[in-house]
Amino acid sequence: MAAHSAVLSASKIINPFWGGRLGNTVKVFGTTLTSHRNKTLLTPPPAKYGGRHTVTLIPGDGIGPELLNHVREVFRFSCVPVDFEVVHVNSALETEDDINNAITAIRRNGVALKGNIETKHTMAPSVKSRNNLLRTSLDLYANVMHCQSLPGVQTRHKNIDIMIIRENTEGEYSSLEHESVSGVVESLKIITRNNSLRIADYAFRLAREKGRRRVTAVHKANIMKLGDGLFLQCCREVASGYPDITFDSMIVDNTTMQLVSKPQQFDVMVMPNLYGNVVSNVCAGLVGGPGLVPGANYGRDYAVFETATRNTGKSIADRNIANPTAMLLAGCMMLDHLKLYDHASSIRNAVLTTMNENRLQTADIGGQGTTSEVVQSVMRIIQSKGQLTADL
Amino acid sequence: MAGSAWRSMLTQVVGGAVRRPALSSASFSRGMQTVTLIPGDGIGPEISTAVMKIFEAAKAPIRWEERNVTAIKGPGGRWMIPPDAKESMDRSKIGLKGPLKTPIAAGHPSMNLLLRKTFDLYANVRPCVSIEGYKTPYTDVNLVTIRENTEGEYSGIEHVIVDGVVQSIKLITENASRRIAEYAFEYARNNQRNSVTAVHKANIMRMSDGLFLRKCREVAENYKDIKFTEMYLDTVCLNMVQDPTQFDVLVMPNLYGDILSDLCAGLIGGLGVTPSGNIGANGVAIFESVHGTAPDIAGMDLANPTALLLSAVMMLRHMGLHDYGNKIQTACFDTIRDKKVLTKDLGGNSKCSEFTADICRRVQDLD
Repeated sequence: MAAHSAVLSASKIINPFWGGRLGNTVKVFGTTLTSHRNKTLLTPPPAKYGGRHTVTLIPGDGIGPELLNHVREVFRFSCVPVDFEVVHVNSALETEDDINNAITAIRRNGVALKGNIETKHTMAPSVKSRNNLLRTSLDLYANVMHCQSLPGVQTRHKNIDIMIIRENTEGEYSSLEHESVSGVVESLKIITRNNSLRIADYAFRLAREKGRRRVTAVHKANIMKLGDGLFLQCCREVASGYPDITFDSMIVDNTTMQLVSKPQQFDVMVMPNLYGNVVSNVCAGLVGGPGLVPGANYGRDYAVFETATRNTGKSIADRNIANPTAMLLAGCMMLDHLKLYDHASSIRNAVLTTMNENRLQTADIGGQGTTSEVVQSVMRIIQSKGQLTADL
Repeated sequence: MAGSAWRSMLTQVVGGAVRRPALSSASFSRGMQTVTLIPGDGIGPEISTAVMKIFEAAKAPIRWEERNVTAIKGPGGRWMIPPDAKESMDRSKIGLKGPLKTPIAAGHPSMNLLLRKTFDLYANVRPCVSIEGYKTPYTDVNLVTIRENTEGEYSGIEHVIVDGVVQSIKLITENASRRIAEYAFEYARNNQRNSVTAVHKANIMRMSDGLFLRKCREVAENYKDIKFTEMYLDTVCLNMVQDPTQFDVLVMPNLYGDILSDLCAGLIGGLGVTPSGNIGANGVAIFESVHGTAPDIAGMDLANPTALLLSAVMMLRHMGLHDYGNKIQTACFDTIRDKKVLTKDLGGNSKCSEFTADICRRVQDLD
């Protein structure tokens, strides 16, 4: 909008006589011109109307629907100005219409909160993972996870504070497989220079923003010399532009060994897709389990929030025992992204306060509470702080 | 007749998982079995000497044949291991190897890779048992990781498609998957293990890990006495660091195996105390320590021989010499639990020779 009027007024100045007459032509020409030139700078406008944001909600399978209901409940209770557009994705269907609808909705709204969509690997290999499809279509290239030891949770290791940045679109998850001869299957792992530079840049920028001192690249370049070698080289290139941040690298098997013996040595870690899967699950396990850590997938234009370890949790679904912390904290991350910082901190504080009162922990971290009890406690704490309706 | 023929075929197929009958190979002579010993580099020679001393104290019926496996260029320009080493291994079928170094820009590929290719070592077995006396945050770990060692992500097939785009190929074949699954179940049966878990990522790598999983399922049909489960790699990682006691035998393709076996080694205390065995086709088995050559402490009598010793114990069990194996293992664990003569990496400040002497003494006392 602003770009078009700028071109129009510019054309009027340049050509006062023709400006008005050629209005339409310029508008059309201007669109192509500006959109072509400003393609990299044009971000979709936020889905904010009347002060309220619209966010896509994908319930998913397993514990997703019930946890997201709780998130909605808490948001409604705290008068968060967010409306959810719910899009269901049926994992049992073979067609991709559902997930395409979800992707369109996210393109429209820019932000989404989702549960994990199950991938039934008994179906034909052509039915690809829906979650992966979502990530690659929206080019959500960075998966960010912040693992922090929580004081109220008993774990074997203390004082862990690791940020994990994982490349989210390529690597081993390219889903490019073929059976050359019966009984011989090849799966391609793709590493590109552009994506590696992009993720390394994201990692260093984030590290600088958060005041972190060290970035560690995790790889297996001694075996996969070309693939991970390229990734490592790109990280080093980007590192040279950030002299204030120390850069080192570590082989993935050594990394996992170090993580279970001395996890306090790690600060920020950046890695390709599969190693990211392993390392993020190990770290989530170290700080207390899958129910505690939220995760975010960032692209240039879109952001999707979910639990960090992306579990469907079929075995604990609908039994009121799932831990809502990860999903609630993911919701808070989303609110931060939408710049609703006060709401985000109030809910986050409520969740963390509940966590540190040991009676109100769910079974996965050794407590006796149910999901609804935890959520009720969160809402009670939000109410007792009481400043929201007056201030906002 | 038919029974023994079937049994010997099975022995060949599963490569040594079955307790080999004593008359199988030419290494049988007056009860002594020959083992090819490859001391290796760095601290390799001193820890090999330590192991030989302990075996002598235990009066184990092992005759050691020391060989060097530094690569030489054979006819046709291809790198190969020296022929006398190969001949010794083919004859004895059992090897014990110390750490080998691969000098950068040596021109020859990694020695471990060469050995693997020469003897078709398709299964890497790492039993991870918590060592009483060496405290780690994880207690009661008792699991075995069995990793496919020939293909998967480490096939080494990589190319630059266009400048800036690299493609690495992960290869999964039916034969290799079936072979490793069969080995895993045989191992579980022979070592009184209750369950085998296949680790995979078939939700993302549908065809490749899907094939691996299918083969595991097929083999599981023949071993109804062993419980078979399948679990995603991320779930295994998550649960492993929270509660490792829920796992028993894990079988998986190459890359996941590499990561998980090192993860499990970390749980029990690191590579300095972890044994490892490589099983090959034709009954060949090479047991090794997986730590590095530690050139900074080489020759100073400071090394910790535990990893090589436990690998040697694994070797004794593989050969059916369970009594000797148990005796040496008990002596080793008792020494560590006692904490009087520990080497530096275990938290003490004794010498390797003192540590070894203590174990020898205990072994003799146990007789």
